[in-house]
Amino acid sequence: MQDQARLAELRQKFGREPAAPSEPTAERTPREAQPRFRGLESGHRACQGCGEALAARLVMESAGPDVMVANATGCLEVFTTPWPQSAWRVPWIHSLFENSAAVASGMEAAMKAKGQNTKVLAFGGDGGTYDIGFQALSGMLERYHNILYVCYDNEAYMNTGIQRSSSTPHAATTTTSPAGKERMGKRHLKKDLLSIIAAHHIPYAASASVAYPQDLQRKVRYAMGIDGPTFLVVHSPCPLGWRHASALTIEVARKAVECGLFPLVELERGAVTNIMPIRQVRPVTDYLKLQGRFAHLTRDGDPRAQEERDHLQALADYNINVFGLAGDGDDPVDTSGITTVGRGGPLAGRPQ
Amino acid sequence: MREALEGSQAIARAVSLCKPDVVAAYPITPQTHIVENISKLVAEGDLHTEFVSVESEFSAASVVLGAAAAGARAYTATASQGVLLMAEVLFNIAGMRIPLVMTVANRAVSAPLSIWNDHGDSMAVRDSGWIQLHAADNQEAVDTTIQAFRITQETELPVMVCMDGFILTHTLEVIDLPEQSVIDDFLPAFEFNRRLDPADPKSLGTLVDPGYFAEVRHSHHAAMQKALSVIKDTDSAWETATGRACGGLLTVEGDPGAAVGIVAMGSTVGTLRAGMAHTPEAGPAKLIKLRAFRPFPTQALIEATQGLDHLIVIDRAISPGLGGILGTEIAAILADVPNAPKIHNHALGLGGRDIPETIYADLIEAIKDPDAPLIFDADMAKLAPEDR
Amino acid sequence: MIEFRIHGRGGQGSVAAAYLLAAAAFEAGMMCQAFPAFGAERRGAPVTAFVRIGHGPIHLRSQVRTPDWLIVQDNSLLIDPNLTAGLKAGGSMLVNSGRDSAEVAQTFGCRALCVDATQMAVEEIGRPIPNTALLAAFLGLTGILPLDALATALKGRFHGKVLEDNLRLIERAAQSVPTGAWKETEDA
Repeated sequence: MQDQARLAELRQKFGREPAAPSEPTAERTPREAQPRFRGLESGHRACQGCGEALAARLVMESAGPDVMVANATGCLEVFTTPWPQSAWRVPWIHSLFENSAAVASGMEAAMKAKGQNTKVLAFGGDGGTYDIGFQALSGMLERYHNILYVCYDNEAYMNTGIQRSSSTPHAATTTTSPAGKERMGKRHLKKDLLSIIAAHHIPYAASASVAYPQDLQRKVRYAMGIDGPTFLVVHSPCPLGWRHASALTIEVARKAVECGLFPLVELERGAVTNIMPIRQVRPVTDYLKLQGRFAHLTRDGDPRAQEERDHLQALADYNINVFGLAGDGDDPVDTSGITTVGRGGPLAGRPQ
Repeated sequence: MREALEGSQAIARAVSLCKPDVVAAYPITPQTHIVENISKLVAEGDLHTEFVSVESEFSAASVVLGAAAAGARAYTATASQGVLLMAEVLFNIAGMRIPLVMTVANRAVSAPLSIWNDHGDSMAVRDSGWIQLHAADNQEAVDTTIQAFRITQETELPVMVCMDGFILTHTLEVIDLPEQSVIDDFLPAFEFNRRLDPADPKSLGTLVDPGYFAEVRHSHHAAMQKALSVIKDTDSAWETATGRACGGLLTVEGDPGAAVGIVAMGSTVGTLRAGMAHTPEAGPAKLIKLRAFRPFPTQALIEATQGLDHLIVIDRAISPGLGGILGTEIAAILADVPNAPKIHNHALGLGGRDIPETIYADLIEAIKDPDAPLIFDADMAKLAPEDR
Repeated sequence: MIEFRIHGRGGQGSVAAAYLLAAAAFEAGMMCQAFPAFGAERRGAPVTAFVRIGHGPIHLRSQVRTPDWLIVQDNSLLIDPNLTAGLKAGGSMLVNSGRDSAEVAQTFGCRALCVDATQMAVEEIGRPIPNTALLAAFLGLTGILPLDALATALKGRFHGKVLEDNLRLIERAAQSVPTGAWKETEDA
């Protein structure tokens, strides 16, 4: 019901008819009737509520079948390809942790040499992107390969069991940045990777979140249309590592955007060209209190907790100011893709 | 056509004749002239390839991995520290059975820093699962490079062509470069059945649990064993095509009735040959030129050493705390062979130490000396007494 | 087999000289081998390069320890008394220098000839790179290889004006020395 109401609202706002998938026929199951491309199949072994699995599925839907993927070592690689099974319906290769950008560079060079147009995607987690694969990524961007690099950012080394990366937010606990009598979690800041990427002056770099799937998919489609290096970092909650309930993945991701800690921005040739405005900016505590990794920051009466909360609030405020995120503009639900990405479920008018 | 060419230039021309789709490399002495010459061929329009000038050897290896996986004929070259920086990728390429060719311009590994030749680099990755072929001169390096493209395709094993840094790479000598038509007949178009292809999607490099890992290793080992005959047959086919062979797995020359044998790899062979010819008073020897180091031609070596009383094994690298690597391996191979020769293992020419012609006589003389040092040409006088 | 050692300084084209000499031998129908004793040297540092030529295959790959001929590209290297180390009995050295040949010969105890190759190079090619002039003078003195072979080798390496200037330079340099004066030691 809620979706029907929402659909009506959108229809009124944008004055156009979102296309619904065709009705299932006797020969076609509802899944087959869905027009979207399932590059990453269900049945893989991700945890309940895995933000990365959701993000990868959304990326593959929009990237479409004429692609090949170089995947860094990490959860995504492990949970999708336990030999002899694979959840991938596209050509896919995993080599090492730190070289997905370089392997993708080779695949793209091969496509060029053979005169083929198959788009090459490179996937990595934050460990494989911000840290160990950073050099290969920089090289790939500098050499201007026609590759979309997607970083699934869950803010720690989750595959090895929640160790801090340079993407782990300040003050978050991980197994290598635990909170204790002397420490309040990670002592350092989350690396501002997008600015470093932007400094390569590539055609397109953007951040996205699993909480905003249409926005994410629009960004993927835009990047796919560019002949050159493009970069997308997708905020992908990890219920296990962030210590929140599996059902809260989307809510946690949304609150990260709404408080300003994970700004959704687009940069072209190094300049900010679009942002997702935050209509109602929330305090960072709304985001922190959902997650066990920040539990030590929400203790009452601990002056250090207050200090770190203030620190995180200042970081969020900084993002809001720098990108001009606060505003009474559009609702942050992006709908530009709704006509091309068929949605299953209630919107298709099928019985529950 | 015969030309006077620098080794590196000849390799670049040979690679070019094989029409690689993708070349990726990072400069390192003494490999630089190879990639510089390839870049020049590309710049002049004589070679149509995607030349990817990467930011590290690690990425050079990764790029050729990705390119070959996507169905491209791929080539790279490196040396020394570059080999070690690539090490993780090299194991990965071999484990995935990705066909490609790499030249190693053999150079010592730091520390201490040395830009000069020894085999410490390729020996450090001997267990990576690559085929390793050693060239004794630049003609062999050229011919082996071309053969390597055919071997890798047929075996789905990556091939490392090892040539001594400076001693071969920077030496100008007379090289016979085959005509393009000869190569085109010899080398089939690149095919890789498991290639990444949207029309037939496959997943490569997946996670393998303990239920399958041993089988994967077994099939890799079996493929290496089968590669022995491929290496031999490819050299025979090359001989048919050009009238020149590189010595298959190994060759034996010198006095067939000699009681002393000498095993060596790479450019040392030439100097030993010269020493044997010019110092007959030192006595005769059978000279065994080992071309294939991986896969190791166990049976051929046993046959080549039959009837010998003494076998001098020359290493150009050592495994500190044990001894020479080739020497140790050959000792293990001959351990169960009846009437096997006594092995005298020496390392020579480490870090570019020049090997003179007199080494032949000195090595044969040292058979009588049970205390002859492992590192044969080390000058003890340069060391503090406690280090001798 | 005839062995050469070329001494020079980085930037003077000593390695190029070795390659050119070997390539000239190849053009004359001989086998050849040329290589540098590469160091981590930079421009201006002493550089040594080696050449072997002969009518049969050349197997030996050690540095040239007992050269038949020495070619010295830089006057300043004459301060090194070990310059002629290993020079075969009856061997000779050709030096790029304005010094008196007899004096140099006496210092090193071998036959020596000084030619001012740098001066000729500056006049003919406009750069102080003595290598091709020295090689030409050497071939003129010894007749080991015809000058044409060197010209052909140069054509494989240079083009246009650089080639023309060098071809003129080698003609002049070859004529600047007494033709065939060292010919008797050809088979040393």
